[in-house]
Amino acid sequence: MKKYTYTEKKDTRSGFGAGLHEAGKRNENVVALCADLKGSLKMDDFANDFPERFVQVGIAEANMMGIAAGMTIGGKIPFTGTFANFSTGRVYDQIRQSIAYSGKNVKICASHAGLTLGEDGATHQILEDIGLMKMLPGMTVINPCDYNQTKAATLAIMEHEGPVYLRFGRPVIPVFTPADQKFEIGKAWMVNEGTDVTIIATGHMVWRAIEAGEKLAELGIDAEIINIHTIKPLDEEAILKSVKKTGCVVTCEEHNKYGGLGESVARLLTTELPTPQEFVAVNDSFGESATPDQLMTKYKLDPADIVAAAQKVIKRKA
Amino acid sequence: MKHTISELEDIASQVRRDVLRMVHAVQSGHPGASLGCADFFTALYYEVLNHSPKFTMDGTGEDLFFLSNGHISPVWYSVLARSGYFEVSELATFRKLDSRLQGHPTTHEGLPGIRVASGSLGQGLSVAIGAALTKKLNNDKGLIYTLQGDGELQEGQNWEAFMFAPFHKVDNLIASIDYNGQQIDGPTEKVLSLENLQAKFEAFGWHVITSDGNDMEQIVKALHYAKSLTGKGKPILNLMSTQMGYGVDFMVGTHKWHGSAPSDAQLAVALSQLKETLGDY
Repeated sequence: MKKYTYTEKKDTRSGFGAGLHEAGKRNENVVALCADLKGSLKMDDFANDFPERFVQVGIAEANMMGIAAGMTIGGKIPFTGTFANFSTGRVYDQIRQSIAYSGKNVKICASHAGLTLGEDGATHQILEDIGLMKMLPGMTVINPCDYNQTKAATLAIMEHEGPVYLRFGRPVIPVFTPADQKFEIGKAWMVNEGTDVTIIATGHMVWRAIEAGEKLAELGIDAEIINIHTIKPLDEEAILKSVKKTGCVVTCEEHNKYGGLGESVARLLTTELPTPQEFVAVNDSFGESATPDQLMTKYKLDPADIVAAAQKVIKRKA
Repeated sequence: MKHTISELEDIASQVRRDVLRMVHAVQSGHPGASLGCADFFTALYYEVLNHSPKFTMDGTGEDLFFLSNGHISPVWYSVLARSGYFEVSELATFRKLDSRLQGHPTTHEGLPGIRVASGSLGQGLSVAIGAALTKKLNNDKGLIYTLQGDGELQEGQNWEAFMFAPFHKVDNLIASIDYNGQQIDGPTEKVLSLENLQAKFEAFGWHVITSDGNDMEQIVKALHYAKSLTGKGKPILNLMSTQMGYGVDFMVGTHKWHGSAPSDAQLAVALSQLKETLGDY
């Protein structure tokens, strides 16, 4: 098992804030819109340095999505910022008609996704957003795994022509990917090469998959770990290549098991290479109030759950 | 004036013929408000808008128009074709398989003149505000025009947009309301009353003007006046009274023709009331 270390912990939303600020410096067409969550989305540096390119919309997410769509007409690259719940479910029809169907170059940037926003509870803990967004034709869906990858992804989507959903979160987690990484949309990142089982993880679950890989190594199981940061378009080649070698797969995501990364992988494998698969994901449930760590344990998203899923799926190999 | 009032009325008559023939041909579509807004569209595209039928999405330096109540696509398609955005013969493809003239307007099939999809109601004003903000950032003097239905104002997103535009001094925006008092299920007064719209818009901070949208001279004047009010710190709202079905005696003033197509016999009667001025497609 390749050794991963970290010297600091940061939140992925701060990676977005840093990336957005840098994007604003690099391209004067970048504009940012926010629905009364500038601080929570870490958009202050952008708003302070480029006030004429920052639009405070107020608590009116539907209007924000429409304004963002309109701002692309004339060449602006709008980044919208609010919580994941209000970035997707609340405004699904606005995104569907004014952005996705209309082919508008809007970057929908969503913080506080999943359970790990913690104490605010289920009204704010959306676990369905990946599914909602990946079903929209032409929508790119990205869920980076740490501060550095989120910053790199924010800059990469600026260069990408077309609508994007960028999902990140609130908790402070290890920073373990390189600061100078090149982020390629749609390209998987090989975290660890192995032969016994493929573990595919996205977002906050990638570090947990690494911790699980270390534990599996102690148990004599050689896990291949792949970071799928781009859920759509899916890096099918990387997944098929790995699964051909290992013969089984565990998918890990902080999302409902319905509609998420796991189902995208299952659809691919069912069609191309039927393979035993286990899902580490929320089991068709809403969340609740508690600390992030308590929730990840209760909803079975801990490294121990990944280890158990890996052991189970290995037994299912023919 | 680029055209006389009488010339514009003749164009509007042809547009009404196009609308009825398009909807009749596929026995589907929305003739009522399309007829009611034929004068507005004719005035806008032939007299008021600074626009080029050599369409570009960005429309740099041009005025842009957004239609929020996308179901009145027939009238927009007719005016776009008649003003040179695409061949008039393409009107015959309306709502048919593989057509660029979808039931509701869309950019998806690349029809020139359309800059965003509409159909699901209440979204157009927000998009128009975004385009207006970009015009300002680009120091582009072009203006933004929109049209919304009155029934459509029951959608909450509109009021987010109505609140935003005055606060942010979006004064390069002229929003018109098709104030015909009708919606699918009946008169707006009975479905969900809009009450005193003028007072509502004024309370939100818009510069409100009123006009008769079925009087060509008035609508041209109103739009020119609205234009003269731009750049003064407030968005402009043209509360434009129209009659659904205007131009055909048995269709006028009722919600029954909101989304119903005329039969062969009804079409013949309707066309007999509308002069063919530019040649049917």
